[in-house]
Amino acid sequence: MLYCSIKETTHTVTLIPGDGIGPELLNHVRELFRFSCVPLDFEVVNINSSITSEDDINNAITAIRRNGVALKGNLETNHTLPPSHKSRNNVLRYTGLDLYANVMRCQSLPGVQTRHKNIDIIIIRENTEGEYSSLEHESVPGVVESLKIITRNNSLRIADYAFQLAREKGRRRVTAVHKANIMKLADGLFLQCCREVASGYPDIAFDSMIVDNTTMQLVSKPHQFDVMVMPNLYGNVVSNVCAGLVGGPGLVPGANYGHNYAVFETATRNTGKSIAGRNIANPTAMLLASCLMLDHLKLHDYASMIRNAVFATMNESLLHTPDIGGQGTTSEMVQSVMRNIKSSGPLTTEL
Amino acid sequence: QIFLLWKSLILGQLILGNFFAFQVHTVTLIPGDGIGPEISTAVMKIFEAAKVPIQWEERNVTAIKGPGGKWMIPPEAKESMDRSKIGLKGPLKTPIAAGHPSMNLLLRKTFDLYANVRPCVSIEGYKTPYTDVDLVTIRENTEGEYSGIEHVIVDGVVQSIKLITEQASRRIAEYAFEYARNNQRSSVTAVHKANIMRMSDGLFLRKCREVAENYKDVKFTEMYLDTVCLNMVQDPTQFDVLVMPNLYGDILSDLCAGLIGGLGVTPSGNIGANGVAIFESVHGTAPDIAGKDLANPTALLLSAVMMLRHMGLHADAKKIETACYDTIRDKKVLTKDLGGNSKCSEFTTEICRRVQDMD
Repeated sequence: MLYCSIKETTHTVTLIPGDGIGPELLNHVRELFRFSCVPLDFEVVNINSSITSEDDINNAITAIRRNGVALKGNLETNHTLPPSHKSRNNVLRYTGLDLYANVMRCQSLPGVQTRHKNIDIIIIRENTEGEYSSLEHESVPGVVESLKIITRNNSLRIADYAFQLAREKGRRRVTAVHKANIMKLADGLFLQCCREVASGYPDIAFDSMIVDNTTMQLVSKPHQFDVMVMPNLYGNVVSNVCAGLVGGPGLVPGANYGHNYAVFETATRNTGKSIAGRNIANPTAMLLASCLMLDHLKLHDYASMIRNAVFATMNESLLHTPDIGGQGTTSEMVQSVMRNIKSSGPLTTEL
Repeated sequence: QIFLLWKSLILGQLILGNFFAFQVHTVTLIPGDGIGPEISTAVMKIFEAAKVPIQWEERNVTAIKGPGGKWMIPPEAKESMDRSKIGLKGPLKTPIAAGHPSMNLLLRKTFDLYANVRPCVSIEGYKTPYTDVDLVTIRENTEGEYSGIEHVIVDGVVQSIKLITEQASRRIAEYAFEYARNNQRSSVTAVHKANIMRMSDGLFLRKCREVAENYKDVKFTEMYLDTVCLNMVQDPTQFDVLVMPNLYGDILSDLCAGLIGGLGVTPSGNIGANGVAIFESVHGTAPDIAGKDLANPTALLLSAVMMLRHMGLHADAKKIETACYDTIRDKKVLTKDLGGNSKCSEFTTEICRRVQDMD
């Protein structure tokens, strides 16, 4: 255990353990933060997915509003319950928090074996509307209609976010992913908004690609992509394809941003029920998500320190957890990260 | 009772298939646009060399305006297909003129082509980062997100309707399980997003589960679309037959085509409600190389092989498929897109030679 010379905490952050592997991974994050003397307090909010009352969710939303930032595990959606019982993860994202941009950076990590190397794609997914509007009804028995909503406001907003981020990160091209040849009005509107925003960023190239071709291109020539922006469902598909390309759900962190709030989680939002409690879950995605959170809170030194320690650990293939082909355990990986931090850090002092 | 009706319709198709094995029969050929004609010629040459008992009836499907101003395919084309029940189609040009419907959509509606079937098998000799892929995507092709029903609610707010019906979901699930059984496939996986689209995908999933009860010899699993994508690019060998609604099918079938080498080598078949089946290459018309003897006929050829299997002509199918795969594996005569610099006609001749050597 290290002695932390700086004792005051600068922020309180909401922590939502969630289901499956969420609780154990977030415990490791807290352990690691304590060890590294990160000046953060966690306010833990538990949401019980098995009960249908809305109180838990409302408490969580209130806590996130209060603290501004949250780190969360995935919440199980019981889809045998009636359709009025909506996905808790979605309720968190849209209701009152307006976390409109889901951002995922898919980056090849050192030491991980994959078919394609040196991938570095940023995916920006509209997070509030589209196919996830949860507006469905049975118009006649046996016929169900599900509404996909695309609005000009949200499309402009996400396109703007994408171009701003591209500029900020020194990226050169933004590709809009759509199916406007079939969904002429809905995706057509989305594409039109992207084009409008693009014209205001002449320093950044803009092109578009139909979603089915996009997935085909991703598995054969992924290096052609730089920054990608798209509506909700395609975002879900493309982010999972890209996460798979760089090594799987255990490696990629994700972030949900709104104007006032930010929630961090693993990019592919898996509950990992089958591996929960067995000490084999890959902590990388959650650890890197916590680094994204630290960056958001302007605690950049801590973010870099932890991130570099994680990368150094990734290089040791003996420590790899089963999802990336190894036989290591979660705790061994976390221990290694702590060892790397200890041998690097001017931010912690040894007793 | 309705279940029995579906089953007998599908059984009927199978019986028809076996019947085909004992006579020369007609196939409606739609060469298509761009490279369509030359790859169709290639397929016809290879079938001739293999002495396949097929007689081709060429038809054009360019849309015409029927009485009442409604767009339709030419009556000669419809008549031929209704009679022959089997079609082979090359790529069709997408019309730019406003109001002119997509030809593929028109064909789909005319023959109620409700199932799009794409077997994706790794081609030995055509290397991609993925090996040992052997799966089939079965896509519901009539409804879902492609219902084409969209409205502007108010300025700046658009609504697109995804339609899922009990009938169409049951029909595609039935087809998927029958296909699995008849092609010795061990499992069917329903791909869905019922956690988000509770009612629509929920209905689709329920129908799949119900149908699965009648096919205990085939393993049935369910998987979220995103999980399928995630797992597909890491280990495609875990998948067998996949059944899903329209949009997911569109995306996944192209994803899987990408795994084995792209649309230039992927076969595709469309099954219709009245025993009609149309097999097609799903690549574009490639206008830049049309007429230059540079095209790769593999996709259309493999679709024709799929057609032969559908008709029960398994020996002929195997012969032609083997000749094609051997030619590609040998790497001596390959079209440009496959990494060689031979002409389409040379590639075709090589396959013909192998086919004749097999006799």
